[in-house]
Amino acid sequence: MAKYAFFLGCIAPLRYPGIEKSTREVFKALGVELVDLKGANCCPAPGVIKSFSKATWLAAAARNLALAEKAGLDIVTICNGCYGSLFDAAHELHEDKKMLADVNKILAEIGLKYSGGTKVKHFAEVLYNEVGIDNIKAAVKKQLDYKIAAFYGCHFLKPSNIKGLDDAENPKILDELITATGAQSMPRQQKTMCCGAGGGLRSQFGESAMQFTKTNLENIKAGGAEMIVDVCPFCHLQFDAGQKDSGFAFPVLHLSQLYGIAMGMDAKDLGLNVHVTPVKL
Amino acid sequence: MVTPAPAFTDEIAANGGASVMLCFQCGTCTAGCPSGKVTAYRTRKLIRAAQLGLKDETINSEDLWQCTTCYTCSERCPRDVQIVDVITALRNIAVAGGKLYEGHKKVAANLIKVGHTVDNNDKIKALRKELGLPENPPTVMADAKEKADFDKILKLTGFDKLVS
Repeated sequence: MAKYAFFLGCIAPLRYPGIEKSTREVFKALGVELVDLKGANCCPAPGVIKSFSKATWLAAAARNLALAEKAGLDIVTICNGCYGSLFDAAHELHEDKKMLADVNKILAEIGLKYSGGTKVKHFAEVLYNEVGIDNIKAAVKKQLDYKIAAFYGCHFLKPSNIKGLDDAENPKILDELITATGAQSMPRQQKTMCCGAGGGLRSQFGESAMQFTKTNLENIKAGGAEMIVDVCPFCHLQFDAGQKDSGFAFPVLHLSQLYGIAMGMDAKDLGLNVHVTPVKL
Repeated sequence: MVTPAPAFTDEIAANGGASVMLCFQCGTCTAGCPSGKVTAYRTRKLIRAAQLGLKDETINSEDLWQCTTCYTCSERCPRDVQIVDVITALRNIAVAGGKLYEGHKKVAANLIKVGHTVDNNDKIKALRKELGLPENPPTVMADAKEKADFDKILKLTGFDKLVS
């Protein structure tokens, strides 16, 4: 049985705990064991915190990587931002021995050491590459008939030269993960466009961020989807909260919540009552 | 008149943005940039200003903060300029010089206070309980010793002073 250190991040546990809950249940049903990465800090966020101080970003990410290494586990994340930060930091520390030595001087002050061995995976990657579409299909108890807009976000696949998961311009992983439930993945223009939240845009230039969101919503509508499925709690927040007073009302589900529905989880365990845009199943 | 400062490109390189010098100004970055479609931000122009060493023009510009780090530009750049790394370097230089927006200060303040970019609240605590999850996630938020360790990381890397 595959076993991972579960990295929660910030937005999932503190804004959409239903994502955390459904991930735990779905992985349990699929035979992937999750061990909480106790004492973890924010990844830290690749767009904001890294923009303020790369040194802080790297040391704080290394602390998370070191905690996982100490536990003897690789990391799984449920957020593109966490994936982006932890994967990129692990990559840089693996490639640059001086950088690793410098970071270890800081970690030594808190009794930690990182030797560069932690692998970082996105939960959709684990589902696709390790569990596999056939096993997912076998675990689906309720065939879904939703028309879905697959929202990849940015840091799941990019930078593609180091992530290497899928074609960043024309990806298919998430579409296949969605259609494994019986649902349809609807086509649309600019499918890999950013939601608008990242890079500190949502926290400082919210109107610019909303312009991104509106373009996406228009493309989603034109493509004939009736629901958005994401793999990132920050995209999730941007679409869920961003649709308020927008004239759009697409229910927004994280892939873990969609799988929760397909695998027979009780609807009340999906945490949908904190969604700003109502989700009626 | 603007005064170019060649030493600035060295500073960008020292902050992880050495590839800025590879840019030959084709504009593929600007063409694909979702921010450029809705704001005055032009990736190619920002990169050019950085190459020319126009420090004030780049780090004081609001445009610098319009990038969402979506990587569309880096993916398509024919010269392999790591554009997001260049922008991160420029932002780090701007922040080190005291340029930090109020909205960003709030995110930084949360990180210092609770170790996460957002804090918990009563509504979320109640839902977490309903879902059979602990009120606070099992992170720095639930363990004072782990939080103290994290605080030390922020202090050792100068984050507290940088964003205050």
